[in-house]
Amino acid sequence: MSIPTIGVVVFPGSNCDRDAEAAWTELGFGNVKMLWHQDTDLTGIDAIIVPGGFSYGDALRAGAVAAMSPVMDAVADFAADGGPVAGICNGFQILCEAGLLPGALTRNSGLTFVCKPTVLKVCTDDSPFLFEYEVGGNVIIPIAHGEGRYVCSPETLAELEENDLIAFRYAENPNGSLADIAGIIGGPDRNVLGMMPHPERAVSEALGSTGGIPFFVSLAGAIQQTLNEVTVG
Amino acid sequence: MPDASARPVPVNHPAYPAVNVDVAMELGLRSSEYDLAVERLGRVPTYLELNMFAVEWSEHCAYKYSRNTLRAFGEFKKAQDANALEGAGVVPLGNTGQGIVFKMESHNHPSYVEPFNGSATGVGGIIRDIISMGARPIAVLDSLRFGDIDGDTDIHIKNRFLFSGVVHGISSYGNCLGVPTVGGEITFHPCYNTNPLVNAMAIGVVELGNVAKSAAKGVGNPVVFFGSATGRDGIHGATFASVEISEASEAKRPNVQVGDPFFGKLLIEATLEILATGHIRGIQDFGAAGFTCASVEMSSKGNVGMDINADVIPQRETGMTAAEIFTSESQERMLCVVEKGHEDEIIAICDKWGLSSAVIGTVTDTQSVVIHHQGRIEADVPAQLLTDGCPTYTLDAAEPDYIAVCKAFDTDALPEPADYSASLLKLLGTPTIASKRWVFETYDHQVQTQTEVVPGAGDAAVLAVRAAGGRRIAATTDCNPRWCYLDPHLGSQHAVAEASRNLSCVGAVPVATTDNLNMPNPEKETGFWQFSQCVYGLAEACDFFGAPVVSGNVSFYNESPTGPIHPTPTIGMVGVFPEGVEPVGLAFQSVNDLVYLLRPVGTEDERGIGGSQYLYVEHGLETGALPKLDMEAELAVQNALREMIAHGIIKSAHDCSDGGLLVNVCESALAGNTGVELRLSVTDFGDQPWSAICFGEAASRVVVSVREGGDEQTALLDIAEAHGIEAVFIGQVTSRNKIELPGVLEVSIDAARDAFEGTIPRIMAH
Repeated sequence: MSIPTIGVVVFPGSNCDRDAEAAWTELGFGNVKMLWHQDTDLTGIDAIIVPGGFSYGDALRAGAVAAMSPVMDAVADFAADGGPVAGICNGFQILCEAGLLPGALTRNSGLTFVCKPTVLKVCTDDSPFLFEYEVGGNVIIPIAHGEGRYVCSPETLAELEENDLIAFRYAENPNGSLADIAGIIGGPDRNVLGMMPHPERAVSEALGSTGGIPFFVSLAGAIQQTLNEVTVG
Repeated sequence: MPDASARPVPVNHPAYPAVNVDVAMELGLRSSEYDLAVERLGRVPTYLELNMFAVEWSEHCAYKYSRNTLRAFGEFKKAQDANALEGAGVVPLGNTGQGIVFKMESHNHPSYVEPFNGSATGVGGIIRDIISMGARPIAVLDSLRFGDIDGDTDIHIKNRFLFSGVVHGISSYGNCLGVPTVGGEITFHPCYNTNPLVNAMAIGVVELGNVAKSAAKGVGNPVVFFGSATGRDGIHGATFASVEISEASEAKRPNVQVGDPFFGKLLIEATLEILATGHIRGIQDFGAAGFTCASVEMSSKGNVGMDINADVIPQRETGMTAAEIFTSESQERMLCVVEKGHEDEIIAICDKWGLSSAVIGTVTDTQSVVIHHQGRIEADVPAQLLTDGCPTYTLDAAEPDYIAVCKAFDTDALPEPADYSASLLKLLGTPTIASKRWVFETYDHQVQTQTEVVPGAGDAAVLAVRAAGGRRIAATTDCNPRWCYLDPHLGSQHAVAEASRNLSCVGAVPVATTDNLNMPNPEKETGFWQFSQCVYGLAEACDFFGAPVVSGNVSFYNESPTGPIHPTPTIGMVGVFPEGVEPVGLAFQSVNDLVYLLRPVGTEDERGIGGSQYLYVEHGLETGALPKLDMEAELAVQNALREMIAHGIIKSAHDCSDGGLLVNVCESALAGNTGVELRLSVTDFGDQPWSAICFGEAASRVVVSVREGGDEQTALLDIAEAHGIEAVFIGQVTSRNKIELPGVLEVSIDAARDAFEGTIPRIMAH
């Protein structure tokens, strides 16, 4: 049986890439392949994390340049085929800029960078990244961003709400996000997730919270299920 | 060695001014130094050479006023005698095979004239010191000092502008780099009104066998530059740092470097990848004095020369003269010597990371740095003349008159406050004591997922270092400038004791120290006295606590027209946890836990009012004799404390410092969201007045909490006894939302929180 392998995209300026790698490998779920921003070959990759950081120094807008990079074309194809893709923090900004998720992340309402634990309300568990979460429950996952205020059109918001595409809402809105949105789902099979909080920072009591563990457990389970199907098929 | 006389004599570019003693003095040299340069060179230097002398022989680069005194630091003396001074110090991270590299450096003057870029480039600069030793940066701490921020005068407004600009600069740069800002300190005092202090400390981790060196090796090896292109920013930053701030300082704004954290991040990754090739034969970052410093110091340490072609140095402005190129302090640049034949490999790594790079010269056996520009040789100077050739000075020192007056001041004669509760709230709401959440929540303190004790949660930051198998380290910065003003020698020792105590409070064993000596003008007798007293005090205390000074920085001339700063020898100390020991925070954990005060025996009547925050806030006085410091007794308290933590006996630990015992327990209650009832008996405190019991700052005291009625309580008392220290029962954690000291004071948690957490946001909302 093949070992579950996630791809972590590395742009110039990414800085949570190694943290995502550490969370996945230290939880013991499998391997990580770092994908350079110019890579286009995703062979052998079971899921992709677009990590946090300041890709291209936030030139133009956060995520704007990264969205145009060669690897993101490959990621878009991967997502269109139903492959699990999560964008965390800057990764969420990139997925929005790349059109893989609707809406945009703008400057925090307080106009400063905010790094602190946040309480999130789980709004759905219907996604490869979420099925280990309990809908309606609260989890603690920290944020660290200056541009995390989610905005979208009223039509998009209505679509998100009608189709159960809001993953997490903040219990106490730290950045002015529309409808307290902290993370949303998209993709053909609800397989694309974007979230501003950092699940990879919430994987042990020693780091202050464990609210990110179900994210990785869910993903590991989803990958295993796919691998089993392939084996059976 | 080839004879210099066989080489062409360097000539001036026609655009340069003629070189004479006046020009030399404008650049910051003394006339005697100019004469010495002419004599040693055997001719009048070119304008480029004169610039090289001016920056290399500035206090900032040459430590010409401080070098003799700094030899009191054993490690400095050893390294200097071996010609092996590196950018930062290295100490082993336990027995893990990894080393901790760390250093602190100031960016005071630039932060005054341009707070955002001044502080940002302070962080960038100290990070480069770490990476040029081959270490991956894992944490930053910042020690910041500003003038008064609470008020409506122009000076208060300016101080708020500086405070907010500096914090914004640090957060902007550090967050983008992906290096967590895990701790530090921020205090306020009018002596910093026009001279804020911005001291940034960086910590990195490197495999002990792979520490990179700056000495250039291998005649014939190519010299490769990489990083950002060179522009005109920061020209003569080093000489700017070596004068007092004045009205004219505003005009120096173009001397402040401009940082780009994105390039800083690329530089980290590219440098570590380049060093991993194994083909580097010397590497140094560009700090003060840019190209001059990097090329001269690498040559001097390697006992070689360099032939450099300035034409091929990547430049971002046109028409730059060689003098501008060689004194520019453009940020995010590195210089390295590459094993011949591997330069293409190194340049390919730079291309991958989008950094400009070029082979700009060759290592030679001339021991001189020779600079070619536009067909001329503009400089040919022996490297060691520019480094070791700098004259050093021993300046006159004289104790200022205020010292004796302050020491003799009788604090016992002062009246008690009318309302102890009001005094406590006033102290909690003093900007120096109040929570700095407004600041640290704008710093990414968790990236790299190694931070286990975050700002505000413990007396020191704690990181579990992944590269060392999760072994924990702790770090803190400390200094009480008022104490160093009242008694520089003892005050400095207290700073070391407190740093060591803070590390012990989380459970770490101190291993080494970096210092940032922020001092007034050393050319004034009193300034030099303060400086040397601080150094002697630090050196003794650091050695005593087993944490020798392994790196540091001196910042003189911290004076403005309104006067000198308090001497501020900021201590950055790093500790290592014994294997398997879990860190302890400062928050009270559970209702009914018992609260004990650990202190040396025989100190019950120590009042600690001289030089205290209470004396300053409540009586407006900055005077008195400092609390005594018995280092042996201090060590006994710390040893006992660490043993309690190692055995998992105590649930919180917090040292008594600014504001004394009551502020201490308030902070623990606020952090734990509990109440606390103090049951103090005056007889346990030598029948002192309540003001001294509550707010005195006697040394060597730590408050801990322990589960009630369990084995832990007995064990705590046993350990205290075994170490010959006192564990005095002082109260209990409660579920009532109050800080209570029956018959003396009662403050609601809400009121305490409002003062502690609300003060700085309120002031900064002005």
